Amino acid sequence: MLKFGVPLALAVLLGVFLFVGLQRDPSYVPSPLIGKQAPEFTLPSLHDPDYPVASKELAGKAWVLNVWGTWCGGCRQEHDTLMAIARTGAVPLIGLNWKDDGAAAQQWLSALGNPYAVVASDPEGRVAIDWGVYGAPETFLIGPDGKVLFKHIAPMTMEVWTKEFLPRIQAANAGNVPAGG
Amino acid sequence: MSLLHFSRFARTMLLALLVAIAVPALAIDTERAFDDPALQARYEMIGRELRCLVCQNQTIADSNATLAQDLRREVREMITAGKTDDEIRTFMVDRYGDFVLYKPRMTPVNYLLWAAPVLLLLLGTFIGLRIIRKQAAQADADGPEAGQS
Repeated sequence: MLKFGVPLALAVLLGVFLFVGLQRDPSYVPSPLIGKQAPEFTLPSLHDPDYPVASKELAGKAWVLNVWGTWCGGCRQEHDTLMAIARTGAVPLIGLNWKDDGAAAQQWLSALGNPYAVVASDPEGRVAIDWGVYGAPETFLIGPDGKVLFKHIAPMTMEVWTKEFLPRIQAANAGNVPAGG
Repeated sequence: MSLLHFSRFARTMLLALLVAIAVPALAIDTERAFDDPALQARYEMIGRELRCLVCQNQTIADSNATLAQDLRREVREMITAGKTDDEIRTFMVDRYGDFVLYKPRMTPVNYLLWAAPVLLLLLGTFIGLRIIRKQAAQADADGPEAGQS
């Protein structure tokens, strides 16, 4: 019994590991920022370089940071979803235009519609590095206290939005009502 | 083929090989080198320890992805600013997690990873010894009347 049982158990265990390994996406790198204070930034606005976009000013309510660029195919793919999300007005969408050409980015938004409350321009990619961005599109959810609550790496879909983002936004904003004014 | 011919052939092949591996090494990092060779050596060493996250099985020294270029720029600036190697590694880990390091750190999460080779070696030795002992005992027992177990 032991003679067959042990190798069999080991083979099954190995099989489980391999099977789980197949289901996992190796390109997904979990963010160490979850639960931590979001990195602060002040960047020029895409539409008006004289107007700075400061992350500090967004504190007090949950907000979403979407990292995109006109060179990014996944960003085009998720654009209509972002437009639909923006129309619900659930949360301010802040764009981080990553290593992009300002004119091309403005052109993209006027042609396809602008889902963002404001877009911060990061042509050198320094703020993106602070946020641990490695592949657009990436979407962060930041709580009213400035902590990173969730990160989605891949084009946004309505399913991800309603399953992962909306409940967290509601909980975060609800928790803030008695404390905030 | 005479020995002399062979060695000429081998020399040519070796030269061809060296040229072939030297070209990609030249192509990646086009930034100006540090004036101080010690700083350049540190820069190259750290670059070879950090994973390029968009091109996952390459280091940032190997890759010409824009993210790798940006991360090399960060490393270069931090070295210029006088940061230590550990401070640079911590900067990367704080942003990208342990996965960014090709040489994993010793942390509680990683203890099993580090101990695994030793544990597997011990397990293998143990199993091997048991099999050898068992067979030796069986051979002794079988000795006089082979074939019956």
